[in-house]
Amino acid sequence: MLDTQPDEGYTTADGRKIGGVAMEMKNITLRFGGVVAIKDISFDIRWGEVRAIIGPNGAGKSSMLNVISGFYNPQEGEVIYKGYRRPRMRPYQVARTGIARTFQNIALFEGMSVLDNIMTGRLNHMKANIFQQAMWWGKAQKEEEENREKVEKVIDFLEIQHIRKTPVARLPYGLKKRVELARALAAEPSILLLDEPMAGMNVEEKEDMCRFILDVNDEFGTTIVLIEHDMGVVMDLSDRVVVMDYGKKIGDGTPDEVRNNEEVIKAYLGVTDD
Amino acid sequence: MLYREAGDFKTSYTSDNQTFPIRFDRYGYYFVLGVAFLVMPLILNDYWTNALVVPFLIYTIAALGLNILIGYCGQLSLGTGGFMAVGAYASYKLMTGFPDLNIIFVILLSGLVTAGVGVLFGLPSLRIKGFYLAVATLAAQFFLIWLFTRTPWFFNYSPTGMISAPTRTVFGIPVTGASASALSMYMICLVFLVALAWLARNLTRGTLGRQWMAIRDMDIAAEIIGVNPLWSKLTAFAVSSFYIGVAGALLFAVYLGAAEAGEAFGIDKSFLVLFMVIIGGLGSIFGAFAGAFFLIAGPVLLKIMLVDNLGWATDLAAHLEIMIIGALIIVTLIMEPHGIAALWRTIKEKLRLWPFPY
Repeated sequence: MLDTQPDEGYTTADGRKIGGVAMEMKNITLRFGGVVAIKDISFDIRWGEVRAIIGPNGAGKSSMLNVISGFYNPQEGEVIYKGYRRPRMRPYQVARTGIARTFQNIALFEGMSVLDNIMTGRLNHMKANIFQQAMWWGKAQKEEEENREKVEKVIDFLEIQHIRKTPVARLPYGLKKRVELARALAAEPSILLLDEPMAGMNVEEKEDMCRFILDVNDEFGTTIVLIEHDMGVVMDLSDRVVVMDYGKKIGDGTPDEVRNNEEVIKAYLGVTDD
Repeated sequence: MLYREAGDFKTSYTSDNQTFPIRFDRYGYYFVLGVAFLVMPLILNDYWTNALVVPFLIYTIAALGLNILIGYCGQLSLGTGGFMAVGAYASYKLMTGFPDLNIIFVILLSGLVTAGVGVLFGLPSLRIKGFYLAVATLAAQFFLIWLFTRTPWFFNYSPTGMISAPTRTVFGIPVTGASASALSMYMICLVFLVALAWLARNLTRGTLGRQWMAIRDMDIAAEIIGVNPLWSKLTAFAVSSFYIGVAGALLFAVYLGAAEAGEAFGIDKSFLVLFMVIIGGLGSIFGAFAGAFFLIAGPVLLKIMLVDNLGWATDLAAHLEIMIIGALIIVTLIMEPHGIAALWRTIKEKLRLWPFPY
């Protein structure tokens, strides 16, 4: 028995087919002691779309992403994923259901090479037990090579062949961001969460990143949830936008709808009440 | 010129994944193995085997184990001495309880017992990190030593409180007890070390190793991309304790022959192995070898130089030895905080280009 009704989805202006609801957030409330980070928010994410979450600093965007990735468990409300209510899970269990993410502050494993970092992303696809691994024999070796091939495809896709064996700690910021995306992509997620993928980048790097995000969505059909402060980027990339302010949802719709929403303008520009 | 990778192309992921991708390294490794198995047995005498080589082999196993825990998984432990004692007492109980059991199995089973104990004392690592975990494992050290000195069952009610290894043979050749020859001691330790080092290398380059390193580098991010912290921390404790248990069993059964928990496996052993790991290089298999060699061979070579060559008094030399080793540790750590393994890596990177500047 499904916990939600299936529906058809819609077609975007540029003719891409967007599927039914992948994930539905229902009346999510998240508190830290007395502080209410997210207040009664509901929205949905559809298969194949680029969904943006925007809002001023401290609006609760990252907390929302943390709820989706299972790092925070909301006090109220439920997450409905692939039609079923998601029980309380540890973050690594959520990762195994096909949700991958990148972080606002780069969270790469600094002591490992780029290749090892991305291979770690394929963790949930590797099943060899500890003894096979210790002997480096049979399943362990076969798996290592099969997954290496998949990882090489991601490396090709993101154009980071030249730094494959470089320790991550030696890379510049922009490349680190790209490696982090590679690590998330290597997991072959159904839903990819990106927490400010363009933060701190120059124009050229931003353009590259935009292209990668669109290509990922296009080629693999990955559903993308995105937090970003660069409004130009958000309006260009996303199909639908959720706007948050002080933990509340103040707008939801296509970029055009959101752009003309009075409350959104108020939150961003500030309006004197007269 | 000799040490280069140019022209050494890899055409499969298997050959790219191998332990020694550079041809010169690979041949060097085969050469060292050949020397260790074929040449060393011919030239080793009793003094060198007992003073230097066998302790080096055994402590390298312990350092490999601790390196998996600290260097790869980032969990600080000061309980090494206690875990070595578990290995030693387990091997003693197994040898006396099952006289027909082959010594190889005795040592492996002792490792397994220690792995179990290690997992038990690793449980706090799920809640506490860093120095606090170190204190928790320190408690393990003192508790285990107390347990082994106070519970007569562990030393079979012997009036001295000592445990002593009976003679056991491999292929009819005694390897433990008084009749074991230096050569047989050397060979059994070498076989264990080579096998365990190979296993450690495989574990650390595969999925499990990557999970350990992910936990070490950023545990929250690791958990979010799908690393189960419980599983990876406890496997690190289990594998690490297995190695340390095997080292403890070898130290007692093969090398010492007789031991008493407080004396042979005290807190100073925990620190000795910890220093080996830090000086050798955290997160490096080679580092375990280098660190163990530095701290085992250093004092022996200094003693030979000061007492035998310069003719100093033994007690004066013994004190100076401690000071010099201490100073060397500090100098090494200041010059190369990541240990001898990092120094070795830098040398190799330079050698790839030598004699050209770039």
